[in-house]
Amino acid sequence: MNYWPLLGVAVIVIGSALRFNAVPVVVCAALVSGLLAGLHPADLLALLGKSFVSSRMLLMFVLTLPAIGLLEHAGLREHAQQWMSRMRGFTLARLLIGYLFIREVLAMFGLTGVAGAAQTVRPLLAPMGEAAAEKIKPDLSDAERDEVRAVAAATDNIGRFFGEDVFIALGAVLLIQGFYAQHGIDLTPLAIALWALPTAIAAFVIQSVRVWLFQRRLQRRAALARVEAEA
Amino acid sequence: MLRIEYAYWLIAAFLFYTAWRNVGERQLARATFWALLGLLFAGGDLVLAQQKAGNILPAQVAGCMVIALALLAPRLRRQAHPETASASARVASAQRLGHKLFVPALLIPLVTLLVALFGEHLSVGAYALFAKPQMTLTGLTLACAIALFAAARVAQAPLRQGLSEGRRLLDAIGWAALLPLLLAALGEVFTQSGVGAAISALAQMILPEGNAFLCLLVFSLGMVLFTVIMGNAFAAFPVMMAGIGLPLLVQRYGANPAILGSMGMLCGYCGTLLTPMAADYNLVPAALLELRNPYGVIRAQAWSAASIFIATFVIMWLLVFR
Repeated sequence: MNYWPLLGVAVIVIGSALRFNAVPVVVCAALVSGLLAGLHPADLLALLGKSFVSSRMLLMFVLTLPAIGLLEHAGLREHAQQWMSRMRGFTLARLLIGYLFIREVLAMFGLTGVAGAAQTVRPLLAPMGEAAAEKIKPDLSDAERDEVRAVAAATDNIGRFFGEDVFIALGAVLLIQGFYAQHGIDLTPLAIALWALPTAIAAFVIQSVRVWLFQRRLQRRAALARVEAEA
Repeated sequence: MLRIEYAYWLIAAFLFYTAWRNVGERQLARATFWALLGLLFAGGDLVLAQQKAGNILPAQVAGCMVIALALLAPRLRRQAHPETASASARVASAQRLGHKLFVPALLIPLVTLLVALFGEHLSVGAYALFAKPQMTLTGLTLACAIALFAAARVAQAPLRQGLSEGRRLLDAIGWAALLPLLLAALGEVFTQSGVGAAISALAQMILPEGNAFLCLLVFSLGMVLFTVIMGNAFAAFPVMMAGIGLPLLVQRYGANPAILGSMGMLCGYCGTLLTPMAADYNLVPAALLELRNPYGVIRAQAWSAASIFIATFVIMWLLVFR
């Protein structure tokens, strides 16, 4: 067994550790492992070219850009923000769980760009979350304030990650399909996307429970502080 | 009949348009990058056909172009174009249009789904409307065209503006758009050059013969571990798939490929929640929110990631070998 081609994996690990641009790192990894496997450079070039053009379907999302761009020009993101700000006045748990739901459903429909750390968490979710947390515990410590913000960012990430895998035109599903297609197994994107649903539901339930536990922890701390103040 | 090749030509045309607009703005590196990619998309079918016929020259040319793309990528600074409408104009338009703005965007998955489910039965006379291979993606192409018309209608803007807004977004994404494509190609090269075989030989050294459960566990934990190291589940996927997923789990133990692929990828996503290497998701938000601890977001995510991983693994274990 020739173990030298494994150095191709090492190229990716080192390249990402050093924060090099990922595109040349990946191409380098392919070339390194091909050469170490003893492939003739001419054949390796052909292999690289053929593998690349047979993965073309992974750029399909580009076709969605004109429509999405036009909608963003007409205020799609602003509308999503206004829509979410209607949750003002919710309790902390209901606010975060409501956001998680909206974020996950939007990602399932391929709208990952309308929300995010910069678009919605910083301007909306984090301040709304802090306001809701202050209703529970008026004297929030700095550490607790940080915790509320961090939970808001985590909720955003989890909603996005586990929703987007259900959408058929994004990278993940097509990467899986493309990988199998190159190895002679033909699957439809729908068959792959469907199996992301159980995890999407599990992620929603798990994060909701954790958000609710977080709220309860704050409530207990607040109750404890009240008792101490009275005593 | 609508075939997937038309979609590739359409993408090529859009890439050439983007390249041409960049030439106009004297962004020559970027223009060359998109033009090369456009050529690869337009000529891809020729490459594959010639390869089948025994002529590997076009494939070699394509390989050289891929290397050229890799050399150009670091020179593409990610520089967002200014928004074409002012913030106040967008807010006003958002208030006026409301939920109508979601409709064209939702048409994309909806039409795609309809074509994927019923496309086979659609025909004009004896003439089938959609070719069988890649019907879902052909449907997606049609859906994007319909959504563009709908978006132009809702936004009351000319179609031409859709092209230029789309190009603005593509330039903002830049080289990152290429990454999934390259990683899929990397998976193929890894398989052909024996990386997969080497990993599966190593895995078989530690794994007891005939234990599908342990093999699945090593695969899933490997997805998490590689994602944590590389910061990207897409990069971990071809490595783990070529090494353990395909040769051992699918081919030896008869795992269902759709379930294994989808849930294996999601195990990788749990790794993304844990790693500072995925700076965009974990470190940038911590900075944006001015957290005192730069790893605060990762800390808030850790138990969720562990629980979601366990849930995914258990579901996968129950379903994948059926």
